[in-house]
Amino acid sequence: MALLSKKDANLIKDPLGDNNPITIQVLGICSALAITAELKASVVMAISVLFVMGVGNVVISLIRNIIPSKIRIIVQLVVVAALVIIVDQVLKAFAYDLSKTLSVFIGLIITNCIIMGRFEAFALGNGPRRAFLDGIGNALGYGVILVIVGFFRELLGSGTLFGIKVLGDPIAKTGLYAIGYENNGFMIIPPAALIVVGIIIWVQRSRNRALIEEA
Amino acid sequence: MAINTEKNSYTIIFAVLMVVVVGSLLAFVASGLKPMIDENERFEKQQNILYAMGVNENEGDGDVSFIPTTDVESEFSKYITQQLVWDGSEATEKENAYLIDVQKALAAAKAGGKAELPLLIGEKDGEKFYIIPMYGKGLWDAIWGYLSVGENMEIKGVFFDHKGETPGLGSNINQRFFMDDFEGELVVRGNTYVGVEVAKGNNDPLNNDKEDYQVDALAGATITGNGISAMIKESLELYKPYLETIRTN
Repeated sequence: MALLSKKDANLIKDPLGDNNPITIQVLGICSALAITAELKASVVMAISVLFVMGVGNVVISLIRNIIPSKIRIIVQLVVVAALVIIVDQVLKAFAYDLSKTLSVFIGLIITNCIIMGRFEAFALGNGPRRAFLDGIGNALGYGVILVIVGFFRELLGSGTLFGIKVLGDPIAKTGLYAIGYENNGFMIIPPAALIVVGIIIWVQRSRNRALIEEA
Repeated sequence: MAINTEKNSYTIIFAVLMVVVVGSLLAFVASGLKPMIDENERFEKQQNILYAMGVNENEGDGDVSFIPTTDVESEFSKYITQQLVWDGSEATEKENAYLIDVQKALAAAKAGGKAELPLLIGEKDGEKFYIIPMYGKGLWDAIWGYLSVGENMEIKGVFFDHKGETPGLGSNINQRFFMDDFEGELVVRGNTYVGVEVAKGNNDPLNNDKEDYQVDALAGATITGNGISAMIKESLELYKPYLETIRTN
């Protein structure tokens, strides 16, 4: 990464690995549970959050010196809320079916703790370039987990990926289903996401023991 | 920074400016995208109406599958042969009657005022479908749908949807295992429009009896189910004089 200094590159790399907002900081779990039954919804949620985080962090960072500190949380909320409404309207106009699936969660982006957390902890104290990288990095870290969880839940729960039947047809009994494989209905319901996230956390911490907290 | 950001006057001016700037930005975006959003909502209505008359892409026991938005407009004009408005005593033809705001129209009609209620007539395989809209209350929020009946007052198909019923419980009213049960049910007993009741313990979970005026309820969704029963009955009541003119049994 010649384009970025090592310090800047870490802003993107850390949240993807050793400082992942979901698996290490355990933030943003609610949406990770709710919308990951399908890969498509996961990807769209990840992209929406990427947009809101990237732009939001820059906006907050640009106005960080003129925000009255007494109302800074309100200002942050207004910025997220405005961006979320824009995302919502754009989805309604260009991806209507998807916006119906995500309707509730789009609104919930506002309360996604990762976003407010990055605004407060990073954008208020850093320049727009670094804030942008930090926003993108954290949104990617969040998105990666969402996509991994969505991949396993859709594959094991419905036997599809992006709605395409990859394991054969469960009704016509072709492909894997011909030899007696069945979809696991449990994977479709939210608790399954908790288990998948748990397994990811387990894998990540056994690969890097430094991440394990002292009991 | 020369500005003292701690002063009250500064805080107030900042807040006011922020509201004005953000407000106008959002208004600009919303009005720019409105035509596209309106079109999507129109397609959805057409999909729902066609669904209630059995024009859909359901396969086997699979999920609800609508006519794709790319084809829905042409399919809609192919199957929906007449669009009427019903004012309680007379049915007159009206272009795009399906776009009428059902919530407002039904509320006005229930209050006894003059209202233009949409009424659609579809034709498929030589059979006529009379499609009436419904709107009611579930447990948390609004529920709505379309009901299509044949001339023998048998339900040909239904479509239900909801705004915010409990996921996994009441939200299942828009699933096939619930909606499919309504098909074939009679809505008239003697001369009374009784509708179809969403009933607990009707001893007919497979819904083989089509003349019991009941379908099996969803477990854990009593109030949503009652809302469905009530909205079917209400709509039938409002359209009753019209349905009487076409009834054959």
